Amino acid sequence: MFELLGVPPQALFGQLLLGLINGSFYAILSLGLAVIFGLLNIINFTHGAQYMMGAFVAWMCLNYLGINYWAALLLAPIAVGITGVVIERFLLKRIAHVDHLYGLLLTFGLALIIQGLFRNNYGSSGLPYSIPAELRGGYNLGFMFLPTYRGWVVIASLVVCLATWFIIEKTKLGSYLRAATENPTLTQAFGINVPLLVTLTYGFGVALAAFAGVLAAPIYSVNPNMGADLIIVVFAVVVIGGMGSIMGAIVTGFSLGLVEGLTKVFYPEASATVIFIIMAIVLLVKPAGLFGRAA
Amino acid sequence: MQLKTLLAATALGALMASPALAQQISVKAGVLNDRSGLYADLSGEGSVIAARLAVEDFKAAEKGIKVEIVSADHQNKPDVGSTIARQWYDQDGVDLILDVPTSSVALAVNQITREKNKVHINSGAASSDLTGKACSPNTVHWTYDTYALAQGTGGAMTKAGGDSWFFLTADYAFGHALERDTAAVVTKAGGKVLGAVRTPFPGTDFSSFLLQAQASKAKVIGLANAGGDTINSIKQAGEFGIVAGGQKLAGLLVFATDVHALGLQTAQGLVLTESFYWDMNDQTRAWSERFAKLNGGKKPSMVQAGVYSGMLHYLKAVEAAKSKDSAAVMAKMKELPTDDPLFGKGSVRVDGRKMHDMYLFEVKKPSESKAPWDYYKQIAVLKADEAFKPLAESECPLVKK
Repeated sequence: MFELLGVPPQALFGQLLLGLINGSFYAILSLGLAVIFGLLNIINFTHGAQYMMGAFVAWMCLNYLGINYWAALLLAPIAVGITGVVIERFLLKRIAHVDHLYGLLLTFGLALIIQGLFRNNYGSSGLPYSIPAELRGGYNLGFMFLPTYRGWVVIASLVVCLATWFIIEKTKLGSYLRAATENPTLTQAFGINVPLLVTLTYGFGVALAAFAGVLAAPIYSVNPNMGADLIIVVFAVVVIGGMGSIMGAIVTGFSLGLVEGLTKVFYPEASATVIFIIMAIVLLVKPAGLFGRAA
Repeated sequence: MQLKTLLAATALGALMASPALAQQISVKAGVLNDRSGLYADLSGEGSVIAARLAVEDFKAAEKGIKVEIVSADHQNKPDVGSTIARQWYDQDGVDLILDVPTSSVALAVNQITREKNKVHINSGAASSDLTGKACSPNTVHWTYDTYALAQGTGGAMTKAGGDSWFFLTADYAFGHALERDTAAVVTKAGGKVLGAVRTPFPGTDFSSFLLQAQASKAKVIGLANAGGDTINSIKQAGEFGIVAGGQKLAGLLVFATDVHALGLQTAQGLVLTESFYWDMNDQTRAWSERFAKLNGGKKPSMVQAGVYSGMLHYLKAVEAAKSKDSAAVMAKMKELPTDDPLFGKGSVRVDGRKMHDMYLFEVKKPSESKAPWDYYKQIAVLKADEAFKPLAESECPLVKK
């Protein structure tokens, strides 16, 4: 059989597809981070915890209230988004005018507190959440078995990413947002409620994280550390894409998923580090990131 | 001292209640384990509770032994674990360290304990090297090891026709040891190992590795990992239709807490090896009931049961030796037979291996489970001398040949 660099092409396609699936998670999460950084200048370290909260809220909806996956896909981001609004109003707002290092420390501390609370209440080995009946099973693509659910994850995240990009880059609301990023004082002078815009943006970014959390719940075990394990990788993705760049977050999210997938085939031991190696190289060559504008 | 997160209430009680004894021995035990990561549920705070129950059941205070228990989080990192162990031994007067899951940390603590001439009773780590080439006169390996797991699950699956294997191996000391020991059992039984993939530890997405295992066409996919890694690999194997496609999954190290996290729907039919299960007899049920009350309703894992049993035997040895001198206590621990409600009768071998039977369980179907935590049915018993590596084959320098 013909082989590509020692790997049969079937296996290679399979791994690329898997990379794309993981990339979907990176893309949604880094998109949320980019949106928040773009407008608030906050490096939101709570993002991983908020992703985890999304998964937990989905679990709670099912086990305490009997609400199914589909409703949770809408409800969990809203619920977690609201906690985001509260955090922005009561905490982040107060430090908006100081160095954004303070924001980083504050959100990092919050993440630790949230994870600790969940760990104390639910333990660390996780909770079961099954794949919704409609998405069980899979398709035999010839080169691999594609679980229906994973296919759904790619589609759902692509749609959400593109919709977000469209809102920010192509609509009036988006233009207000971008204006508020460029020059908040002037934008406010035009009668636009910038503080409200900021609060809602943070809430939206958090909701994106929670949405990814709900998508992840049936694949990974719903456990308090799930965000902490992922957040560092996602930050690397954001840095590679360029802090605050919407398109950068989406494109690098998906492509780094692919790179990681390939590493798992050729040298599995390095798959946890490859993204950081790329980050180091990108920072050396293009310090603002691939899609970032130099400050 | 921040590390002193817990003080045994019994120690205080002892001071007030015990009659004036001629000589009082005070022992300080450190429970060192994962309190926040992927092994926190199977060890963590539960192991501290187990140690406290041992002190309570031994009635240490009445026997003139004052016991204080401290605990700390080693975060599954050998450097963190080593630092804590050194500090405990050098500055805080800790006499023995219990538990220590994560083989890489356990091997480090094993070495430090030997240098400082203290006692290490390991309940959480799996690597059979702890009583093999890394054996120490100061360490007892209590609950299970990779050799026993390989004999149990590996042997059973190979005998049942699973004669070709592919391993998913957690890329650190434990995974390597488990893969090595299981591969040996498989080849000895006439099976073949088709390949292995080393996965970063800890991991969340195992689908790529599972696809490689699937492509190998091996009859059995051996999961040489533990805790959260095992949970995610089993879950994702289900998703990719690996079991439905005819390949079998061998969870080489699966704890009751993992099955709890997976849910029976996903875990049903899994064959696994353990040295303890809460629902084995009246004694284990009674003890587990007490334990669960203190542990938020969660039943004990075999690791936590091992901490109890190890602590109990240590205290017996201290009582018998009338001293907490490490050499004297270790000698007594190896001399006295072990006997406790959880593991029954057993012994501690010269290489530090605690000997007891191991059990092969199968995870029940959701329909067979009658109550919360009713998860296993027993399918076989491995006698202690077939479960653990015979002394004759031991690489341990303490074993005279």
